[in-house]
Amino acid sequence: MSALPGSMEGALTTGLDDSPVLPAPADLPPLTEQTRIEAREIIARYPVARSALLPMLHLVQSYQGYVSPEGVALCAEELGLTKAEVGAVATFYTMYKRRPTGRHLVSVCTNTLCAVLGGQRIMDALSADLGVHHDETSADGSITLEHAECLAACDYAPVVTVDYEFYDQQDVESARALVQALRRGDKPHPTRGAPLTDFRGVSRQLAGFSQHADEAAAAAAVDAPGEYGPTLAGLRLAAERGESAPEMQGPEQPPADAEEPRETVRPSGDTGETPGKEAADARVAAADNPAEEAGAAQSHPDKGAEYGRGRPAGGLDRSGTGTPAQSEPAGGYQGPGTGRTVEGRTPPKRKG
Amino acid sequence: MPLTPVLTSRWGADQSWRLSTYESMDGYAALRTALSMSPDELVTSVKDSGLRGRGGAGFPTGMKWSFIPQPKPGETPTGPAALPKYLVVNADEGEPGTCKDLPLMMADPHSLIEGVIISAYAIRSHLAVIYVRGEAVHAHRRLMNAVGEAYAAGYLGRDILGSGYDLELIVHAGAGAYICGEETALLDSLEGYRGQPRLKPPFPAVAGLYGAPTVINNVETLASVPFVVRGGAEWFKAFGPEKSPGPKIYSLSGRVVRPGQYEAPMGTTMRELLEMAGGVRPGHELKFWTPGGSSTPYFTPEHLDVPLDFDSVAAAGSMLGTTALMVFDETDSIVEATLRFTQFYAHESCGKCTPCREGTYWLVQILQRLVDGQGTAQDLDLLVDTCDNILGRSFCALGDGATSCISSSLKYFKDDYVALLPPEEQARLGRSLRLEPVGAAS
Repeated sequence: MSALPGSMEGALTTGLDDSPVLPAPADLPPLTEQTRIEAREIIARYPVARSALLPMLHLVQSYQGYVSPEGVALCAEELGLTKAEVGAVATFYTMYKRRPTGRHLVSVCTNTLCAVLGGQRIMDALSADLGVHHDETSADGSITLEHAECLAACDYAPVVTVDYEFYDQQDVESARALVQALRRGDKPHPTRGAPLTDFRGVSRQLAGFSQHADEAAAAAAVDAPGEYGPTLAGLRLAAERGESAPEMQGPEQPPADAEEPRETVRPSGDTGETPGKEAADARVAAADNPAEEAGAAQSHPDKGAEYGRGRPAGGLDRSGTGTPAQSEPAGGYQGPGTGRTVEGRTPPKRKG
Repeated sequence: MPLTPVLTSRWGADQSWRLSTYESMDGYAALRTALSMSPDELVTSVKDSGLRGRGGAGFPTGMKWSFIPQPKPGETPTGPAALPKYLVVNADEGEPGTCKDLPLMMADPHSLIEGVIISAYAIRSHLAVIYVRGEAVHAHRRLMNAVGEAYAAGYLGRDILGSGYDLELIVHAGAGAYICGEETALLDSLEGYRGQPRLKPPFPAVAGLYGAPTVINNVETLASVPFVVRGGAEWFKAFGPEKSPGPKIYSLSGRVVRPGQYEAPMGTTMRELLEMAGGVRPGHELKFWTPGGSSTPYFTPEHLDVPLDFDSVAAAGSMLGTTALMVFDETDSIVEATLRFTQFYAHESCGKCTPCREGTYWLVQILQRLVDGQGTAQDLDLLVDTCDNILGRSFCALGDGATSCISSSLKYFKDDYVALLPPEEQARLGRSLRLEPVGAAS
């Protein structure tokens, strides 16, 4: 059933592929005229047609759950390539599957950091539960299991993804419960990301199309709530400590390099106070926090501009009296130019 | 150093990924400024800011832009100058430990798009492509939505904000290949081929995408550009050391109390960052860490005070890379960690260059038998020898990166390797090892 089979001899030599040469399964949904229309839409996005090949292979997977022989042929025909040329590309990339994928693709990160934090134990447990190894599908066709290389979510480790949506900070028990729910037909909400669909739906998105029937569902996917603790860890700590970036110069101040004419043509509103900043300031005011008010009162509007200009090392004292004990609610905006750099926290410029 | 949220400053806002939020927080203000400047002025401004590439190599961004051949006034352009120019965004984040670009695109995709428009304008490009890692469907979704919003608002497409400048922006999903984070492999992949690196020269600035002049920049680099434009070069240079300035997103992960993204000036030390992240988990101590992902040589507790900027980290024997700070404690085996990383490189080697393709395969075999307690005294020499035959002998940096964790772990933690050898092999070590046993010399 593999579109791109290896041979027994090849597998013995390389250890890379021993998939048998089997015809496509009978119950595979066909590629239709609509598939071709969409393939041509993809081609039209690019100045050179062949750039469409990767999205087109995602499109094939969105119909059939893997890169089928029929899908390879379709890409070859539409792009004027040989099937061998298309196959050479499809076999290079991990996300193009060579055998039909289960309804959901469960990927467990077993790269170093996730592995030491429990990722390998999770992989072993799921493998035992499902009775499959890496890149195999459970007998009921519900789950294809794979171990994944680093998924760029190390601050949420160890991570498991289902159809590439993230389930963060997993352990053996939570991951087993997740997979059990998937096998029952449930779709637990990812920690971050949109409500779960399935492998084919996500493949459609990767081809550059919406996987949702209507705009409301698409918007809901974009705006889906999630838990973003590690992403916001530094921002929240900065708010807690009353630390911020040096202020950009306001419009009332002379430009730093006034001799350069470009400075004089800047629109006057570009560094002004904005509704967002005002809202953030209002949130701070609403926090009713005397320590914060004291900190804000002591910070002169010009202080930020002095940041990094050789202030004495004593300026690094973190127990300074200007330290607010508590700041705005976590997650509140504190951008550059909010003018709340607290005295005693502006560091000296490091000697280059 | 204090925390200095700049790139991350909008991340906590309600629906920070939406255009309306972005516009209410100075969003696209820098674009208006930029479009009132000439492209050459923008290049100069970014050069003056000292901004260096955030994808790992640290190449000066303005200088990279200035390498694009541009038609000379009054002359009919010939050669590369006559071809279209392209801007390609490397959003194929996948270096183990690295997790800064995906959160940026999740939380604040418009900051990247604004940076793309300004940068494309600066190099006189009318087509930009964001190559997003395929597995990053969550970031891809937000980015697709944001690009749609930007087109609808007139920030992309024809005659942007009435300036007469046109730019089309394509979001292109990859398909799971670490090598495509290498810029020339990325170009091959974007052209619809297997992602394999190209021989340089010619460099992409002369012959890149479709053989035309191309700038390839990292997500964090481009997201920094609007702040350079809005704050000015002097403001930007106030962060950190003179030769590698700017705010930087440091990603802490592993055995720390509060893993996450911490934005601070370039040159912040690991000691300071660890303190921000609540330190190593209680009851344990730091054993080893990476300053910038798995391709950068390990650091140890003795490097806690190295300023984490490009030059200081290089002087201390590693690389700043992507400031992916993976933290390991005394319960973690350095040899097993190194084996895992090496398995990763063996899996991700594209196969083009023999030293990398074969060498990473054999490194895994050697490390595996060491971890299994079946190593020999010669294996440590063999590791060094194999690394010597990979380093500098392949097209791209993947092979070089594969040797970093092995060479540096042998340098700092040879005792840990020796401890895994059977007793009779340990006894033979003194005579066979090229390297002096740790603690025996000086």
